[in-house]
Amino acid sequence: MMVKGLKVEADKKRSGTSASAKEGTSATGSSANLMGGIKGGMRAGGSRIMLALRPRLREWRFSLHLMSKSATSIAGIVLIVVLAFIAAFPSLLAPPIPGARDPFVIPLDYERPVPEKPGANFTLGSGDDGADIYYGIIWGARISMTFAIQVVLVGAFVGAILGLFAGYFGGVIDEVIMRLTDIFLSIPGLILVMAIAAVLGRGTEATKVALLSVWWAGYTRLIRGTALSVRENSYVDAARASGAGEIKIMFRHILPNSWTPVVVQATMDMGTVVLTLAGLSYLGLGAPIGYAEWGVMINQGEPYITSGYWWMIVFPGLAILSFVLAFNLMGDGLRDVLDPKMRR
Amino acid sequence: MIPVLIGVSLLTFFIIRLAGDPVFSYLQDPSKATEQILDQIREKYHLNEPTYVQYFYWLNSVLHGDLGYTKAAQNIPVTEAIALKFPATFELALTSTILAVSIGVSVGTRAAVKANSATDQSARVVSLVAVSIPVFWLGILLIIIFYNMLGWTPIPHNQYSTEFDPRADLNVHTNFLLIDTLLSGNFDFFFDHVMHLVLPTITLAFATTAIIVRMMRSSMLEVLGSEYVRTARAKGLPEKVVIRKHARRNALIPTTTVIGLSFGGLLGGAVLTETVFSWNGLGQWAADAAEAIDTAGIMGFTLLTAVIYVLANLTVDLVYSFLDPRVRLG
Repeated sequence: MMVKGLKVEADKKRSGTSASAKEGTSATGSSANLMGGIKGGMRAGGSRIMLALRPRLREWRFSLHLMSKSATSIAGIVLIVVLAFIAAFPSLLAPPIPGARDPFVIPLDYERPVPEKPGANFTLGSGDDGADIYYGIIWGARISMTFAIQVVLVGAFVGAILGLFAGYFGGVIDEVIMRLTDIFLSIPGLILVMAIAAVLGRGTEATKVALLSVWWAGYTRLIRGTALSVRENSYVDAARASGAGEIKIMFRHILPNSWTPVVVQATMDMGTVVLTLAGLSYLGLGAPIGYAEWGVMINQGEPYITSGYWWMIVFPGLAILSFVLAFNLMGDGLRDVLDPKMRR
Repeated sequence: MIPVLIGVSLLTFFIIRLAGDPVFSYLQDPSKATEQILDQIREKYHLNEPTYVQYFYWLNSVLHGDLGYTKAAQNIPVTEAIALKFPATFELALTSTILAVSIGVSVGTRAAVKANSATDQSARVVSLVAVSIPVFWLGILLIIIFYNMLGWTPIPHNQYSTEFDPRADLNVHTNFLLIDTLLSGNFDFFFDHVMHLVLPTITLAFATTAIIVRMMRSSMLEVLGSEYVRTARAKGLPEKVVIRKHARRNALIPTTTVIGLSFGGLLGGAVLTETVFSWNGLGQWAADAAEAIDTAGIMGFTLLTAVIYVLANLTVDLVYSFLDPRVRLG
């Protein structure tokens, strides 16, 4: 395979096709990227890993190049970078009160019991008992980000492996795994999570368990579908003929060629997970009251909607919206970029 | 379909057992929870037998409509609660689906016809925003704007104002208020109910509309690239006719699937939307049940949504094979 890849590159270079970005399928790349890829390979001193990875690296560069041309995905990436920064360094932006036991609990100021407008005392206003909305928004980003990353990573990992087994082996294994998946997918996500969360009790940890027990199924179905078709390719036969074991074939040949839909789905699910967490917290099932979680903050602001304390609701909602939108924009862009039909 | 339902029942049963002693699900009056009564219930529902035996007794009673009593709705039997609350949920699901379809199909068509134009791009961004909005936040914002600030809509509480009483004011009782009020000739009540319906309908329609727009756009694009559309254009048909009669009709087929499934999902109760608007339907009941750790209620609701969802899937498959003659059910 590596030899073939090299040859294609060499041919391209010789014939000087410059507009290859517009036409090809897997072996494309703008000529600039092509050169970059070759140079990169040279610099690595021709190590075997770099050589083997090069076509894939080139694909990545081409994807990046495509993404850089889409305004929506750039907007998504910028938003994600900002949110990731806030989530990584919340103490820089909203330092917790020294000696506070849990930084995720919004500090209160009992001398200001009535919610105050955004202004000098509170940047984004305050809630009950001087709960700082700005503090909640900042630390809420950390709660949401870590929560979403954990759920999506574990869910996608477990789901993808199950789907891979189902799609690759077929037969009884496929039947068992997929019937199990059907069961979990036949109950709307929020409702099943709600049922489990109600049983497990309140708190982000319980909600995480509830979400995880549901969130793998979508990925299983996704990757099983692609794995089914990928395993029919002749390069899988070739790998088997050259003596590769089942596990190696699955992880070296099937997985890398069937994981793009999972990447897109996982990106968008980052947002959906946060929406679900916020929804559960709003219902009183997720994070406990007083936490810097956006859904809980809206829940606590809701009794005041007739009092005109709009900041208690508007800002946490905007935070959720921008978080979810960021990942949806990026996922939407990724889908176009990774879609073989769109790689023209 | 049957294996899935059996699986769902197993899953539900398992969650109920996790929740603690199932005996309390069958207790109609919690204030009379003496050891003796609890023992009687255990005896009646075979709760003192091994767990796997219990499952079959439990399944049997579920199939006979006995799911226990729901604390979240004045301790009435779960099946009665479902019958009582389903009409309100159904009306909301229906109105919001109608709204979503009427906007979604035309916007999606336009976006595909003018692919990559400004219209298309803004439709894309707007639908991304629409699926990213937390639905409960959207509901609250709508309440702030249309009830607090503008005063156009009535208090978001229940499906009608307090001055009306379905039992006293109506002489038809299907619990579908739109129908009951009209058949009783009580147009004030009808109008009041419609005004209560407006905001939850819009809230619920948001995400569905976005999904329909995207589906309609992509299937329309596919159809527009097909041979028969080229033929239609080649024989000189006006573009309007090509789009309306040749392209859109066929593009609607895959969209129907999405519409059917989302309607099925909404029928199971829009938990968040109903909670925001205190809409006395299945969704709010489920939310109350979850908060009160009313196992009987929440499990009855979960089973119900699963059944509705599976049935919606089946219906969509059947409708699909009817709409698209190329698909044969094997």
